[in-house]
Amino acid sequence: MSFLRKSVQLFNAAKQNAKMLSGVQRSYSATRNPVDDRYAFPGARDAAFVNSLKLTMPEDYAPIPIYRVMDRDGYILNEQEDPQLSQEVIEKMFRDMLLLSTMDKILYESQRQGRISFYMTNFGEEASHIGSAAALEMRDLIYGQYREAGVLVWRGFRIDQFIDQCYGNDDDLGRGKQMPVHYGSKELNFVTISSPLSTQIPQAVGAAYALKRQPNNDSCVVCYFGEGAASEGDAHAAFNFAATLECPVILFCRNNGFAISTPSNEQYRGDGIAGRGPMGYGIATIRVDGTDVFAVYNAMKRAREYTLRENKPVVLEALAYRVSHHSTSDDSTAYRSAEEIEMWNTLEHPISKLKSYMVHKGWFNEKQETEFVSGVRKQVLKQIAISEKKLKPNWREMFEGVYADMPEHLQEQQRELEQHVEAHKQHYPLKSFKQ
Amino acid sequence: MKVSTLTRGLLSAIKSNAICSTRSHFTYYPTKLAQGVRDVQKMNMFQAINNAMDLGLEQDSSALLFGEDVGFGGVFRCSMNLRDKYGKDRVFNTPLCEQGIAGFAIGVANTGATAIAEIQFADYIFPSFDQIVNEAAKYRYRSGGLFDCGSLTFRVPCGAVGHGALYHSQSPEAYFAHTPGLRVVIPRGPIKAKGLLLACIKDPNPCIMFEPKTLYRAAVEEVPTESYTEELGKCDILREGTDVTLIGWGTQVHVLLEVADLAKKQLDIDCEVIDLVSVLPWDTKTICNSANKTGRVLIAHEAPFTQGFGSELAAYIQEKCFLRLEAPIKRVTGWDTPFPHVFEPFYLPDKHRCLAALKEIVNY
Repeated sequence: MSFLRKSVQLFNAAKQNAKMLSGVQRSYSATRNPVDDRYAFPGARDAAFVNSLKLTMPEDYAPIPIYRVMDRDGYILNEQEDPQLSQEVIEKMFRDMLLLSTMDKILYESQRQGRISFYMTNFGEEASHIGSAAALEMRDLIYGQYREAGVLVWRGFRIDQFIDQCYGNDDDLGRGKQMPVHYGSKELNFVTISSPLSTQIPQAVGAAYALKRQPNNDSCVVCYFGEGAASEGDAHAAFNFAATLECPVILFCRNNGFAISTPSNEQYRGDGIAGRGPMGYGIATIRVDGTDVFAVYNAMKRAREYTLRENKPVVLEALAYRVSHHSTSDDSTAYRSAEEIEMWNTLEHPISKLKSYMVHKGWFNEKQETEFVSGVRKQVLKQIAISEKKLKPNWREMFEGVYADMPEHLQEQQRELEQHVEAHKQHYPLKSFKQ
Repeated sequence: MKVSTLTRGLLSAIKSNAICSTRSHFTYYPTKLAQGVRDVQKMNMFQAINNAMDLGLEQDSSALLFGEDVGFGGVFRCSMNLRDKYGKDRVFNTPLCEQGIAGFAIGVANTGATAIAEIQFADYIFPSFDQIVNEAAKYRYRSGGLFDCGSLTFRVPCGAVGHGALYHSQSPEAYFAHTPGLRVVIPRGPIKAKGLLLACIKDPNPCIMFEPKTLYRAAVEEVPTESYTEELGKCDILREGTDVTLIGWGTQVHVLLEVADLAKKQLDIDCEVIDLVSVLPWDTKTICNSANKTGRVLIAHEAPFTQGFGSELAAYIQEKCFLRLEAPIKRVTGWDTPFPHVFEPFYLPDKHRCLAALKEIVNY
């Protein structure tokens, strides 16, 4: 039974009950308005009464369907759903996905060699980044979790900016304060990543509320998070605040099946994260195939229109598979099979799906794309060599940014460290830091 | 595979003088067992903790072990093979929710069953702050002794690792030391970790063991294979001395042991080095005896200066030992900033800063 048909049935049952109820009411008071809701329970005003007891079971609800535009081989399933993007836009989508994937491979290896301290790749999720970012406007504010580098690629974050951040050198916009992949860009409206999970979700909701109050607001907020992060208390708070305070925020869940080693079936027992939207929190919801860049694009486009028109949130769940290890600190073959990973890395890979689509269109040129990848590879390697040689920021900056202005006690601590370092220069890596 | 081999080759071709190294800021001083302990096995700290939990689960059929990614062995490998051995109804993954883990653990303990709950990183313990501080710590008190959750233990990896930055480096012991009703302990190595964990599991109060994660692999000792407990609330005098008392806990103990060596060699100063071990309740008597003996005290910890647990020690010692002190009590700590990534070498209370501070109080 389809989700919709089920809903219609439930709706009809409710109407039936309402009729029964008004009959009962009339027998007590013929003058009472049948739609008078003064006697409805405040906690569930629209609920009907029944007089046979029944446990409402999870199985009574069909799972929310997965919206998909392309099949595995890159053919459009329903021509009406083809977003009809120009060759130019599709090439940018494809190349941004390739760039991300190529850069990821090299930076992952560079961590393995001890060049950078940490890295997280985005394999298998490229379409959910690029498809969603492409449907937004630059003025839309983004809060990410940590595996959304593709969104930054689409917005124009440069290879040198990615790599300088990973090295925490003097050109890192984050000033060397955070671990690699904790990107942020004021210019690109992308709030700096924080490691604690889900903290960004209620923040995004608050930002959306404040945007809504601005005159003639035409910007929404998009918050990315994983299905694991959706188990945190902050996720509940965010969904509930977004709904009750009617905020123009798109709550974008990248459901990639794993939270480090924990599979999604140990994370929740309901219908994913999408299942929480309509019934759980009263939020409009879309579930898409996150390996289908067009499905994500269309869904995001629709979500953006809705959220700005209604000033209400949307839950958007993009299903994919985390082909990556969680991070460079993780070996995921300890908890899942290599065959499973390989299947998602080949047959169901978002890049190969888009490539097939381009082949059908006659837009794919093998030679050009190979040259593109090899160009990116050269650029990334060259940038690693450059970023590695750049000095770190002046170490005195450690004390900056704690407060808007440095309070007396921190100035004192900074002086104390200056004197100590001056007297013990040989013990500190001063040569790697700006003076 | 091809791509990564190629990448590796290309990366190797980049010559650089600035390779990021995760240098260690301490030298590990293993604890030696007294002569005559027969059954010992070489273990690092995660293996000793694994061994303690194995014994805990074996001895007590009500005991449960859970947390994020605990099922497959935990991100630090502390629970390896325990799910296979004791079944997934006793050793299991929870959803990703620290407040849930803490509340669940309290409920398990309410029934008298034993809960061993892992919070994956100390930096991520804060969503569970309410459950730990308002619930776990106050259960017995607020119910007039009708209910408690004493059979619960939190295991929490903490501390600096060289590249953990803001959210994989913190040492939040002082936040919890401000909470009556909790026990807070921090091991300095495998032998201590095993005995403390088994003691926490058996103790009738909610306990938190902060485990310096840099020691999981770096610290190796000959650990007794039998079950044993370390006394909670007691510190360890690791090196006796007459001139200065050095107090630390966790990884910092090893920094201070090296400082004591340097002080002896360079300045002919005899340091008494004390591992506080238990942050709450702490061993006031042994600490004050030492302070009265040496008249000079240096406290060092990785956590920030202001309101770090060193503040409490310093205040207490000056109150109880005022007339015996020859110099102000000195604290060498992390600075009052978040824990920074590339600046970590400047942030830590390393041996050079400790030694410089020691010279200061000796020459006061």
